[in-house]
Amino acid sequence: MVKLPLEGVRVCDFTWVWAGPYTTFFLAMMGAEVIKVESKRRPDGTRRSPGPDGVVASNKGAAFNTLNSAKKSCTLDLTKPKAVELAREIIKISDVVAENFSTGTMERFGLGYQDLKELKPDIIFYSNSIPGRTGPRRHYAGYAWDSHALSGAASLTGRADGPPMNIGANYGDLITGTHGAFAILAALHHRDRTGKGQNIDVSMIEVVVDTIPEAVMDYLMNGRVRQRRGNRHDFMAPHGCYRCRGDDKWVAIAISSDEEWRAFCRALGEPEWTKDAKFADVYSRWLNQEELDRLVGDWTRDYTHYEVMEILQRAGVAAGPSFNVVELVEDRHLRQRGFLVDMDHAEMGRRPLPGLPWKFLSQPDPDYRAGPCLGEHNDYVFEELLGLSKEEIARLAEEEVIY
Amino acid sequence: MELQPFSDLKVLELGQLIAGPYCGKLFADLGAEVIKVEEPGVGDESRRTEPFLHDEAHPERSGLFLYLNTNKLGVTLNLNSKTGKEIFRKLVKETDILVENNPPALMQEWRLSYESLKEINPSLIMTSVTPFGQSGPYRDYKTTELVSFNMGGLGFATPGMVDNPDEEPPLKGGGHMADFTAATTAAVATLCAVFARKGSGLGEHIDVSEQEAVASFYRVPMTEYLYTQQTRGRALSAFPGRSWAGMLPCQDGYVNLAPFQDAHWNGLIGLMGNPEWAQEERFKDAQSRRQYAQEIRTHIEEWTKTQDKDELAEAAQQLGFPGSPIYAVDEAINLDQLAAREFFAEIDRPETGVMRYPGSPFKMSEGSWRLARPAPLLGQHNEEVYCGRLGYTKQVLVKLRETGVI
Repeated sequence: MVKLPLEGVRVCDFTWVWAGPYTTFFLAMMGAEVIKVESKRRPDGTRRSPGPDGVVASNKGAAFNTLNSAKKSCTLDLTKPKAVELAREIIKISDVVAENFSTGTMERFGLGYQDLKELKPDIIFYSNSIPGRTGPRRHYAGYAWDSHALSGAASLTGRADGPPMNIGANYGDLITGTHGAFAILAALHHRDRTGKGQNIDVSMIEVVVDTIPEAVMDYLMNGRVRQRRGNRHDFMAPHGCYRCRGDDKWVAIAISSDEEWRAFCRALGEPEWTKDAKFADVYSRWLNQEELDRLVGDWTRDYTHYEVMEILQRAGVAAGPSFNVVELVEDRHLRQRGFLVDMDHAEMGRRPLPGLPWKFLSQPDPDYRAGPCLGEHNDYVFEELLGLSKEEIARLAEEEVIY
Repeated sequence: MELQPFSDLKVLELGQLIAGPYCGKLFADLGAEVIKVEEPGVGDESRRTEPFLHDEAHPERSGLFLYLNTNKLGVTLNLNSKTGKEIFRKLVKETDILVENNPPALMQEWRLSYESLKEINPSLIMTSVTPFGQSGPYRDYKTTELVSFNMGGLGFATPGMVDNPDEEPPLKGGGHMADFTAATTAAVATLCAVFARKGSGLGEHIDVSEQEAVASFYRVPMTEYLYTQQTRGRALSAFPGRSWAGMLPCQDGYVNLAPFQDAHWNGLIGLMGNPEWAQEERFKDAQSRRQYAQEIRTHIEEWTKTQDKDELAEAAQQLGFPGSPIYAVDEAINLDQLAAREFFAEIDRPETGVMRYPGSPFKMSEGSWRLARPAPLLGQHNEEVYCGRLGYTKQVLVKLRETGVI
């Protein structure tokens, strides 16, 4: 059996939707025992995302299963005092508590950091929200889009002559989720050295600001407010997405030097237009990029985006398709690297799902499980971990405490 | 002073731009000793990219370099020379972690494979961050942020829904989001390897592919496709029944509103003064409203265009639903929320003077994120590291400098 790095770490996981679960996803996949505390009263919205054959059923949601792979699930209706008591029992034997509710919610349940610190002084309490847990806007509600809006990232995305735009795939949620995993592990390492737990407060606005430093530093240093500019670059040209053969097919090309430009021209068979003085050096190309883009697009139009990638990569030029979801799933490079991994699910059987975005080269891949069914591990948590009898559990289920 | 989490870790960083260096920064800012190795005379590529302080294009004035390399020690080393490689191996012997984002072929050329470095230091954790990983058909392909962003699936998803797909290209997120995604992902993986090593004492070679780090962000649409075998493309017309809500024009910019529930809708309509058009039956519940998205949007926009974005967002929050103004960079940086949380940090530095930087991405009550030192000048710590740690004399350092080794 493969020994995983975080074996022996237990997380009591109250997170839901995207950002919080992505954090605990990393911990679970690396061997921590992550116990989701959910409830039938208010199941995670991602459980209702489409399942196989488009069915919407609470255990088959695609979003839920990929954001919650390798985790366990128990149910507790935290509006009931007895349920909060049981949650505290789980926390007493856990190393980490993770949550991403709106500010004040955990405190209302009696499960805030101050409450839990009394219960278990070395607890690591992780909190994630759009604004953070302090400050005048700490009660702001929002989604990833709002973190893009408030950080300035949306204002930097879009065409120069168009409105601000949202960044795809809920970037704010996932970049924050990734930073969150790092923070929790840093806290665990700190606890190994000092015996102390701590409170971690992650604001999605702050994380996104930390990932757009080019614009932020330009303002802090020079008072300049950067604007959106489509796919343009500070100095590279050609630099953009160009139409290819087929419906809505595009290739991204970026040429940074005269050497690459010459290789590009050779790859195209040295057409006359490339010899124009307007395109003779990096700076001239950048000045004349509008015309350059049209000419490059005229060439790419006759090829598929895979063909353009192959022709240009062979010449040492950065180029690649703008993959849609089907192409990404079927990409031969991702396939060969085994990015998709077969995972077992209690109701759906064995199916491929995205795995971890890294490989530990000396270790074989363990057998990962897909997301848990709602309450799938109630017996394990309440009987085996907390020592309740089967009768007690049945009664609590009837009373809708374990619910 | 509080103990920083990583004050017991040593990191060696051999990288350029963002994918390696931001990973190194995450460790450095929480107390790890990070030695950044740069090419003599030339240094990290980010020293040559804008924005520059006061638009002075100088290798010690690049805002991006300064931000990414806080808290690190800086040395110069020529890995193309035999002596340079020897010195590097000595540094590897003394380190816990090596973070590098060089093309696999270059690491091979330098004979710095994990297999050879492991022999010098069996507990070495080597994190390699590359565009496509250490294996596979695209292994030696070239990329930049734009290409990585698109090959990982995020380009096609930005903005994801357009009026005319054939005319509107996929767009890149502002900045270098793919690179930051790869770097942060690499940092999590590295820290997991630190944990693995606590038990076994053994190191690891971690292979991080930027394409996979970005595709990992795209996992929900990928899984939806894997489950349903259905996909819709980018045309707006393929999304009937989508909500009318989202980004709306104001008199002073744009606001994002998400009043999905009936109670929220009623609140919004109340704010608008209960206009005639909203009284129709077909607009009364969420399900029904989805069929008239375009019509509703037109009515709402007519009103929002006369409103102030901050006031609208505040009103939405008071009514209990998400609302946020779309801020330009200056508005974001001057946000009361960031000031109250003391998000920005300041430090002094030769060549630039005192400057402000974005601060910690997490507030840890014991974690002590700190700006202890600014980004290093090129080769600033050659003496401290080569003489102080490796035992070279200053005279030898002079020779190494003259012969282009450092």
